[in-house]
Amino acid sequence: MAQIIIKNVAKKFDTYQALYDINLDIKDQEFMVLLGASGCGKTTLLRIIAGLETASSGEVWINNRRVDHLPPKDRGIAMVFQNYAVFPHLTVFENIGFGLRMQKLPDAEVTRRVQKTAALMHIEQLLKRYSGELSGGQRQRVAVARALAMEPDVILMDEPLSNLDALLRLEMRTELKGILAESKTTAIYVTHDQVEAMSLADRISVMNQGKIIQASSPIDIYRNPAAEFVAGFIGNPPMNFVTATAQGPGKWLVAGQVISGPQRQVETLKFAIRPEDVTVSDQGLEAFVKVVEPLGAHLQVTCLVDGKLFRALLNSELILKPGDVLHFEPMSNRVRWFDPSTTLAVV
Amino acid sequence: MTTKVAVERLTDPRKTGQRVYYTGVFLLCAWVIVPLYFLFLNTVSSAEAVNGFPKSFLPEFNLDSLKFFAGFDGMVSALANSVYVAGITMILSITIGAPAGYALSRFDFKGKELFRALILLTRAFPLPLLALPLAVLFIRIGLDDTIFGLALVHTTLAVPFAVLITFSLFSGIPIELEEAAWTLGCSRFTAFTKVVFPLILPGITASAIFAFVISWNEVFAAAVLTIENRTLTAFLLQNLDTAPMHLKFAGGFILVVPALVFIFAVRKYLFSMWGIANR
Repeated sequence: MAQIIIKNVAKKFDTYQALYDINLDIKDQEFMVLLGASGCGKTTLLRIIAGLETASSGEVWINNRRVDHLPPKDRGIAMVFQNYAVFPHLTVFENIGFGLRMQKLPDAEVTRRVQKTAALMHIEQLLKRYSGELSGGQRQRVAVARALAMEPDVILMDEPLSNLDALLRLEMRTELKGILAESKTTAIYVTHDQVEAMSLADRISVMNQGKIIQASSPIDIYRNPAAEFVAGFIGNPPMNFVTATAQGPGKWLVAGQVISGPQRQVETLKFAIRPEDVTVSDQGLEAFVKVVEPLGAHLQVTCLVDGKLFRALLNSELILKPGDVLHFEPMSNRVRWFDPSTTLAVV
Repeated sequence: MTTKVAVERLTDPRKTGQRVYYTGVFLLCAWVIVPLYFLFLNTVSSAEAVNGFPKSFLPEFNLDSLKFFAGFDGMVSALANSVYVAGITMILSITIGAPAGYALSRFDFKGKELFRALILLTRAFPLPLLALPLAVLFIRIGLDDTIFGLALVHTTLAVPFAVLITFSLFSGIPIELEEAAWTLGCSRFTAFTKVVFPLILPGITASAIFAFVISWNEVFAAAVLTIENRTLTAFLLQNLDTAPMHLKFAGGFILVVPALVFIFAVRKYLFSMWGIANR
């Protein structure tokens, strides 16, 4: 049982406010990903949970125990660092066994656990080597093994895959997901890579400028972004926005087309749709094709709709060229609305 | 055809650059090696050869001058004093310098840059200026003519280097290694002893040896602050003044060689102090 509760945590560095009033509940055995652009505070939050950074205010609870005043070693956590931080003066065996030796476990137990985790991470043949004799991918495996060998309540990972090359990253991602699910450890994982976040997470917390904008399951974040920021950040290409003007109760004019939407007493809303959720039709949003990019599975078409850039992923069999005029029919159950004054979703 | 090639070779700017480079390297090497060679040559020559003319440029391996020093009265105790003073200096400058180096590299505090500049500034006061007030002070508190008193002065000379060298050593160790140790069950102290210390041990040794050499080479404070308990430098300075030429050479040789050997052993760490790649 390792539930993590973060209550009103804020962090200020001198004059710079890195985190504002963060509240987050992470369930036992949950894989939580903190996702955001660099500088959004996600690493700071992770370091506060680890105890490597002190919060300016607020509380951190792990396993029903308040830990924000405890040093990292007493929090029941293990951490994987972005640059791996494999100790260069120790062999792989002693690296993995480092935490176990600190707990003064008997030699036989240390050996057993080191060998077990090494086998799990497929590095049994490297145990006698030093960090300098390992490749980046192998060091990464040692770093993860070292954390897992501790059998911690919580495993914290700070962009652990970002220094690997693309192919290795994919491979490790899949492996990591399997291993962590099996270890039944609660995991908090920091990344700026939305694909990584989507594929790994049970739940994603999207962060921006020191705040958590939305914390939900990957598919919910993708389908029902709570704010314009999330809609624009998640998805590649991101969600399209078109200004909608009021045309009577529940009726909105979007790029020359009247569409039914929420009933609101405001002049304008933002109409939003994912690129893959439009089809070419006889009528609908009027679009002027600018660039056509065949991607194999899809045709990515960049157009101007209502004078703004609009990207659509269309059937790859369509034959289009710049200058063509299209009409996009949005899938009605996939349309989302945002209030431009608050930038929040309108339900 | 051949003349054309020759002209090209002469005017090729890259070739000229190379020639200037090698000439420079040669001159710099000669600048250091030639005096050392003469020192060596005259040390292992007989008194007649040292004072005679023309000179031979080949050593004759006459060890009379060195033998003279081996039997010279007071030589052994002066040598022992030098080792004691340098030893104490070494220990003091590391115990004072290394924590300062750690703090400089790991913590942010107000006036950090100023502090770094001030450390170097301690070397800006010429020792002759300080020697007299120091001598008076030492006499008052009873530290004059003691090994410990001299070691204190040498420590002030060596500490700036100890701080700067250890600062660069600690900075070369990623903070993540320490943080990883903390998350794996270490306190700040055990993380230092289990992770940081083993990694900087060779560098600390080098820095200690450098402090040793600074003390070993120092002559001014040693000459002013000691009378009975002279170190080797002060002892030789006092006695060689009136000695014949061949003994001056041999005395100089005895002083230079240990310092040279030590500095050679720790050279790569001295480079790292000035920010040159540590290889």
